[in-house]
Amino acid sequence: MLRKRVIPCLLLKDAGLVKTTRFKAPKYVGDPINAIKIFNDKEVDELMVLDITASREGRQPNHALIEKFASECFMPLCYGGGVHTVEQARQLFALGVEKICFQTGALEDLSLITRVAERFGNQSVVVSADIRKNWLGRRTLYSACGQRLPPNSWIDFLKNAVAAGAGEIVVNAVERDGTMHGMDLELIQQASGALSVPLIAMGGVGSLADIRAGIDAGASAVAAGSFFVFHGPHRAVLVTYPHYRELEQLLSTAS
Amino acid sequence: MITIVDYNMGNLGSIRNMLLKLGLESEVTADPARLRHATKLILPGVGSFDAGMASLEASGLTDILNERVLIQEVPVLGICLGMQLMTKRSDEGSRHGLGWIDAETRRFQPSSGAEKIPHMGWNLAHKSHSAPLVDRLPEEPRFYFVHSYYIHCHRPEDVLLTTSYGHDFHSAFHHRNVWGVQFHPEKSHKFGMAILKNFAELC
Repeated sequence: MLRKRVIPCLLLKDAGLVKTTRFKAPKYVGDPINAIKIFNDKEVDELMVLDITASREGRQPNHALIEKFASECFMPLCYGGGVHTVEQARQLFALGVEKICFQTGALEDLSLITRVAERFGNQSVVVSADIRKNWLGRRTLYSACGQRLPPNSWIDFLKNAVAAGAGEIVVNAVERDGTMHGMDLELIQQASGALSVPLIAMGGVGSLADIRAGIDAGASAVAAGSFFVFHGPHRAVLVTYPHYRELEQLLSTAS
Repeated sequence: MITIVDYNMGNLGSIRNMLLKLGLESEVTADPARLRHATKLILPGVGSFDAGMASLEASGLTDILNERVLIQEVPVLGICLGMQLMTKRSDEGSRHGLGWIDAETRRFQPSSGAEKIPHMGWNLAHKSHSAPLVDRLPEEPRFYFVHSYYIHCHRPEDVLLTTSYGHDFHSAFHHRNVWGVQFHPEKSHKFGMAILKNFAELC
């Protein structure tokens, strides 16, 4: 039986790890290599590392750092941030990254997704969308870089991304980011109902029950940041991950 | 020395990373002369069946691989698409496979519609036969899979591991010097490390 995946998502800023709240107020969490070693020792299902300022600053991915990550990751590693060309993707795959997560690059031009998927396979191409509610309470795409957004709905954008070759989709609920107050289950239901590929849901996980709820809402995987790096009411930094048995118990009955 | 065949299909960095972690010497090459001297081969690969066979042929490596594997019986481990290429054929394409084992590659037909394709993530593997590649694995071995087509061995005695996704399929096989795994040992923590270590220790 395939078990649903639980994925720590680490945010990179200036080669350090940070965690944001509602995409703001990045708090320094520590050294990324150290965190990755801990997650590797804890045998996490998969790891996602997003460089949140690479595209904003028009920077290249930090190859030296990513190479170190890959050499410490004996589980699938998904990297995102600042990837805009097939050649950049090729370099990252050669370092030992399994999947590349595209957001800015996908918003700019979905043909990039097609070109990377044709060369490296759909399974290596992830498209992520940040989604928030506008003043009318309707969900819309959001770009932290202040990028021009496609005119169609978020769901159409994601369907187009799948048609273009994305093998997985990440949806991140902007208002839930870092709050640990639970996931946007309606968003997950809508996205998983509309998409044929595995969905990774992110934003708001504060407990194991939240992870289960996200899976029950239709996600193939749940990603979380704060839940795996903060501990207690004062958000003390502590890198954790549930034990295999705990996850087995939590998710074994999920359909 | 383990020689990883580079025929332009996929991520070789992570296989090398894990072998390095295990302290095992390896090289990645597309050079037929290097393959001629290999004592152990890994045939990796991600992507589609026909593209994989086309890429192998375009690299000019098919003849030397056939010679090394079928005549000189060098131990070879196929990973993911590499394993599928070792079979006779695939539902995914029209080309012949390498045919190193009496098996074929079939398309997943989700029974209930509940299973998304590809089969992506961690799943358990159950041992069908004892063999050096799959002995001494950590308890309850689980591996990372990403694939839309699965292997069916025609000879039950070739099946080493089975995994269930909608139905049972053959997640590892073995015939003489030919070994294959559908999952990615290089991305499967201690379970995958045990597989690669076992492969390195085969004689």
